[in-house]
Amino acid sequence: MADATATNTPAPGTRRQMLAEFWFYFRENRGAVYGMWFFIALVIMAILAPLLAPHDPIIQDRSALLVPPFWEDGGTTNYLLGTDAVGRDILSRLIFGARYSLFIGIVVVTISLVGGIVIGLVAGFFGGWIDMVIMRVMDVILAFPSLLLALVLVAVLGPGLTNAMIAIAIVSQPHFARLTRAAVLGEKNREYVMAARVAGAGKMRLMFRTILPNCLAPLIVQATLSFSGAILDAAALGFLGMGAQPPTPEWGTMLAEAREFILRAWWVVTLPGLAILVTVLAINLMGDGLRDALDPKLKRS
Amino acid sequence: MIKFILGRLSYLIPTFIGITIVAFGFVRILPGDPVLLMAGERGMTPEHYADMMQRLGFDRPIWQQYLEYLWKLLHGNFGDSIVTKQPVLSDFLTLFPATLELAFCAIIIAVVIGVPVGVLAALKRGSWFDQTTMTAALVGYSMPIFWWGLLLIIFFSGILGWTPVSGRISLLYYFPTPTGFMLIDSLLSGQKGAFASAASHLVLPSIVLATIPLAVIARQTRSAMLEVLGEDYVRTARAKGLSPRRVVGVHALRNAMIPVITTIGLQVGVLMAGAILTETIFSWPGIGKWMVDSISRRDYPVVQSGLLLIAGIVMIVNLVVDLLYGLINPRIRHS
Amino acid sequence: MKLRNTLLAASAVMAMLAGGVQAKTLVYCSEGSPEGFDPAPYTAGTTFDASSRTIYSRLVEFAPGTTNLVPGLAESWTISDDGLEYTFKLRPGVKFQTTDYFTPTRDLNADDVIFSFDRQGNKDNPFNQYVPGVSYEYYTGMGLDSMIKSIEKVDDLTVKFTLNAPNAPFLADLGMDFASIVSKEYADKLMAEGKAADFNNQPIGTGPFQFVAYQKDAVIRYKANPDYFGTKPHIDDLVFAITTDAAVRAQKLRANECQIMPYPAPADIDGLKADPNLTMMEQPGLNVAYLAYNTQVAPFDDVRVRKALNMAINKQAIIDAVFQGTGIVAKNPIPPTMWSYNDAIKDDPYDPEAAKQMLADAGVTDLHMKIWAMPVQRPYMPNARRTAELMQADLAKIGVTADIVSYEWGEYLKKSTDVNRDGAVILGWTGDNGDPDNFMNVLLSCNGIGGSNRAQWCDKDFQALLDKAAATSDVAERTKLYEQAQVIFKEQAPWLTIDHSTVFMPMSNKVTGYVMSPLGSHDFSNVDITE
Repeated sequence: MADATATNTPAPGTRRQMLAEFWFYFRENRGAVYGMWFFIALVIMAILAPLLAPHDPIIQDRSALLVPPFWEDGGTTNYLLGTDAVGRDILSRLIFGARYSLFIGIVVVTISLVGGIVIGLVAGFFGGWIDMVIMRVMDVILAFPSLLLALVLVAVLGPGLTNAMIAIAIVSQPHFARLTRAAVLGEKNREYVMAARVAGAGKMRLMFRTILPNCLAPLIVQATLSFSGAILDAAALGFLGMGAQPPTPEWGTMLAEAREFILRAWWVVTLPGLAILVTVLAINLMGDGLRDALDPKLKRS
Repeated sequence: MIKFILGRLSYLIPTFIGITIVAFGFVRILPGDPVLLMAGERGMTPEHYADMMQRLGFDRPIWQQYLEYLWKLLHGNFGDSIVTKQPVLSDFLTLFPATLELAFCAIIIAVVIGVPVGVLAALKRGSWFDQTTMTAALVGYSMPIFWWGLLLIIFFSGILGWTPVSGRISLLYYFPTPTGFMLIDSLLSGQKGAFASAASHLVLPSIVLATIPLAVIARQTRSAMLEVLGEDYVRTARAKGLSPRRVVGVHALRNAMIPVITTIGLQVGVLMAGAILTETIFSWPGIGKWMVDSISRRDYPVVQSGLLLIAGIVMIVNLVVDLLYGLINPRIRHS
Repeated sequence: MKLRNTLLAASAVMAMLAGGVQAKTLVYCSEGSPEGFDPAPYTAGTTFDASSRTIYSRLVEFAPGTTNLVPGLAESWTISDDGLEYTFKLRPGVKFQTTDYFTPTRDLNADDVIFSFDRQGNKDNPFNQYVPGVSYEYYTGMGLDSMIKSIEKVDDLTVKFTLNAPNAPFLADLGMDFASIVSKEYADKLMAEGKAADFNNQPIGTGPFQFVAYQKDAVIRYKANPDYFGTKPHIDDLVFAITTDAAVRAQKLRANECQIMPYPAPADIDGLKADPNLTMMEQPGLNVAYLAYNTQVAPFDDVRVRKALNMAINKQAIIDAVFQGTGIVAKNPIPPTMWSYNDAIKDDPYDPEAAKQMLADAGVTDLHMKIWAMPVQRPYMPNARRTAELMQADLAKIGVTADIVSYEWGEYLKKSTDVNRDGAVILGWTGDNGDPDNFMNVLLSCNGIGGSNRAQWCDKDFQALLDKAAATSDVAERTKLYEQAQVIFKEQAPWLTIDHSTVFMPMSNKVTGYVMSPLGSHDFSNVDITE
C-alpha cells in the first residue's frame, strides 16, 4: 500500500514554507479534512469522557437490562443508546471506549515506530551481515499472518490489553524497519550525507540528525496506517477474547460480549462496531490526505 | 532467470529456519501445561504426571526437543495433536480445502469487482463514480470484518432468512467429498439442490472475507492506472492517435497490472488473517478456526505445526508472486 | 480411499431407505468436536456423547434419568461377602456392529471385557499405546489401576474382577464411559494390519447406533444398529451437527436445521422457552461450585472465621447476577439429584451483622485475604471473576479486604493444590458416576490434601464415615453414613458452597422420549421424532 518514495532533499530554512505547502495540499483533499476534524473531536471526547458520559461505564443497573435506544419502543432517554446484558449504559461505554482505542493506537504506533526506526537505521546504515540478519528476522515476522502471530503472542504473554498492544506492536514493527532501511539506503550516498560525513559527523549524528529527518514522509504515512490497523487488530483480539478483558469498555470486547444477542438486541452489536468503523475510517481518510500531501509523485499527476 | 530464482530461494532457507524457531519457541513458552489441562479439576498424581511428560517428550531439554522436531519435519512428520491424537498434517489436510475454497471465492470476488472498478475510477478520475467507489473502498478497507459478518448474518439470515446461519452445506445432503471443495463435490454428487445449498452457505463468508482485499485491489488498481496513464509512452500513444480503448486495454492496463498482481499476492496473508475471524463467525470448519481452538486448548503440536504450515504457504505464494513479477518486469531481476 | 467407500456405501443405504419408507432422522446440534471415537483415553463429555453413549455399551448402565445401576452387557452380577470379588454374567448373543470396515465373526465374550480393561491398565498390553502418547485419564483418575487386583475369565460368558480392598463405588465406575466394552477381535485385526490408529477413527461397539462417517469439525453421522441387544432405536439416522457457538445453535434449532441442542446461552433461554415450536427441559446439574478456604493457614484454621465469611456472602445475589437464574444456591457438597443428599441441613444464613460479630469474637480484625477466581467458564461456574467481585463487595461490608487473583487455567489448578496456598479458591466439580463418594472422597478426604482437596481439610470423624461408606455395598446403609458426613461438613465449613448449575435442553416439539441424564450425558437411543 504505502509506496516508499523518498522525498526530495529540502533546502535548509524552508520548514515553514514546507508546512504551508503541506497544508495547502492536505486541504485539497476534503475527505482528509473531515477525517481530521472527526479525529480531533474523538480526541476531545476521549479526554473529556468522564464529563461527557452520562453514566459510569462499568456500573450495572440490574433493573434495566438490554434496554433499547431511546427512539425504539421501550427505550428511555436515561439510556440514550440503550443498555447491554448486565444493564450498563452503551453510550457511556462507547465514549470511554474511545479512550482505549486511541490509547491502543498511540502506544502501538509509538512502540513500533521507534523500534522500527532504530532497527531500520541500524540495518540500512551498517549494512553487511547486520543488515542481513535483521532483515531475515523481519522476513520471518512478516511470513506469519499478522493476526495469527498476534494471537499466539497474546496466548504466550497472557490475554489482556497491555499484552495485546505489545503483540500488535511487534507484528507491525517490521513495516517501519523495512521502510526506514529502504529510505536510508536511498539517502546514504547522497551529497549532503557525504558532506556531513566529510565534515566529521559521528555515526549517531549521521543516523539520527542527518538521514532520519529526510526519511520521515513515508514513515508518517505508514504510522497513520498502523494506527488504524492497531485499532482494528486490538478489536479483533478483543473479539476473540484475547484482548482487553471484560468489563473494560473496549469496543472489540464489547462486541465479543454482545455476540450472543445478535438476533435479540441489535444495538449491543451494531453500535460498538460502528464506532470502530467510523474511527478507523477517519484515520484512514487522514492517512490518504497525508500521503497525497507528502508524496510529490502523486502531486505531479 | 535461473540465477534469479536461486537467489530468491536462498533467501527462503534462513527465513524458513527462522519460522521453525519462532513456531517452536513461541509455542513452548506458552504458559499453561497441556498435561495438567488434560486432567482438569481431577488433577493427577505426580508419578502419572511425570510419566505423561515423558511420553509426550516434554521432559527433555528444549534444544533437544527442537532438533527432534526438525528431524521429524524433514521426514514429513508434523507431530500428533495432543487432543485428537491424530497426525497434525492429516487434520490440516482435511480442514484446508474448506479454507481454500473460502479464500478462493473471496479472491475471485475481490479481483472480478476490484480491478474493473479501479480501472474505471482511474479513467474517470474525479467523477461521481470515482468518488463513490473510492469512498466505498476506503470504508471497506476500514471495516472490522468480524462485525461486518455479524451484520450480514443479522440481516440476511435473521431478518430476511435468505441464507443459512452457518456450516458448509445443508445436512440433508450427504455425499462423498473426494476433493474437499464443497462446490465441486456437490456437483459431482449429482444430487439435486446440493450445489445451490453449498453455494448459499458460501455467499456470506466469502463476501466478508473479500471485503478488505476488494478495497485494497480497487484502490491499488486505480493508483497504478493513474500512474501508467501519466507515463510518457501512454501520452505518446495517445498523441499518435491510437484509439483510447487500445491505449487503455493494451498499454496502460498491462503495465498497471504489475503492481496489482503483487498486491493480489500480498493479500494471501491478509486472507489467512481474515479467515481466522470469518471462520469463527460462520462456524466454518477450516484452519483459521482450528488454530484459534487449538491455541485455547494448548494443543502445542497443532499450534506449532499449524503456524509453520500457514507461514510456509504464505511464503510460497509470495515467492511465486515474486517470480511472476520478475517474469513480467525484467528490470527487477537485475536490481 | 476407505473413507470414500464408506461414504458411498452409506449414501447407498440412505438412498435405499429414502426410496422405501421415509427414514427418520434426528439432527442434534452438538457443542463441539469429539476428540476421538475411543472413549477410554478422553475425559470430555462431548467426546463421550459422540462415542460411548451412541456406539458403545457397558457391563452396567445408568437407568435413564437416574444414577441407579441396571444390567447392561452383564445380565447379572454377584459381589462376594468380603466385597472383594465381583462376578459378572454376560448377556449371550450380543453382536458387535457390522460395518463396511469390519464384520465380526463372533459374539461378545469374556475376552472382550478383559481386553477393554487390560488395555487401559496394563502397560504391556500391545494395545496400551496403540496411538503414541495415549493415556487413560479416567482409568487412573478413578483409581482403577490401584483398585483392581486381577480380571479373570471364568468361562466364555463369565468374568471375575478381584479388588485389592473393598470399594463400593467400583460398580458405578463400570457404568462410566471409559469402561465401554470394545471388540478384541476388531483390535486384533487392526493390529495385524498395522492400522491400530483406526481404532479411534472407525469405532465398533455394541451400542444402539453405529458409526457412518465423520467430517472433521462439521458433521458426525450414525445409523441405528440393527443388531442392538436392547430396544431398537426409533430413529433410523442420527446426525450430530457440530456447532460451537451457542447463539448459532439456538438459531439453527429455531430454523429446524436441528431438533435438539445442549447448553443454550443463558441469554437465549427465555426466548427459547417462549417459542411455541420448542420444548425446554431442565434439571439441576450433577455439579457443585465452591469457595475453598485453606483450613491449614491462620486465621482460616478457625471454624468461626470460616463460618463468619460464609454468613457474610450473599449467595442468592451471585445466582442472580452470574447465573441469571440458571443455577440454585448450594448448601451441601453434593447436588440435590444425588442419592444421600441431606435436605434437612440448614444453610448458613446471610447475616453480615452476625458475621461481623463472629469475626470480632474470633479476635480477627482487619482481615486481608485473597480470593482466587478461575480464568475459564465451567459448567458449574459461568463467570468466576464476576462471582469473586460480588464476594469482594460483600466481604468489604464486614470489614474484610479481599484481593482477587487469577492464573492461567493449568497453573490455577496446580497452584491451588498447594498446602500453603494463600487465599480461598473458587473451583467446582462435575460428578462422574453419580456416587456420593465421587464428590466427598475426591474433594474432602484426608488423602486429598495437597491434591484435589483444595480446602486442605482433614476431619477424622468425617473421614471415618467416608471410609465406612466406601467399604459397605448396602445403599441404605451408605446413605445414612453420607448424610451424617454432610452434617459434619456443614458444621466445620471448609467451603462456602456456592451453587449447583441448572442444565437446560431445548428441543423441537416433535421430539419425544428424550430423558435428561443427571450425569450430563446425551443419549438418543429412546428418542422418537414425529412428523
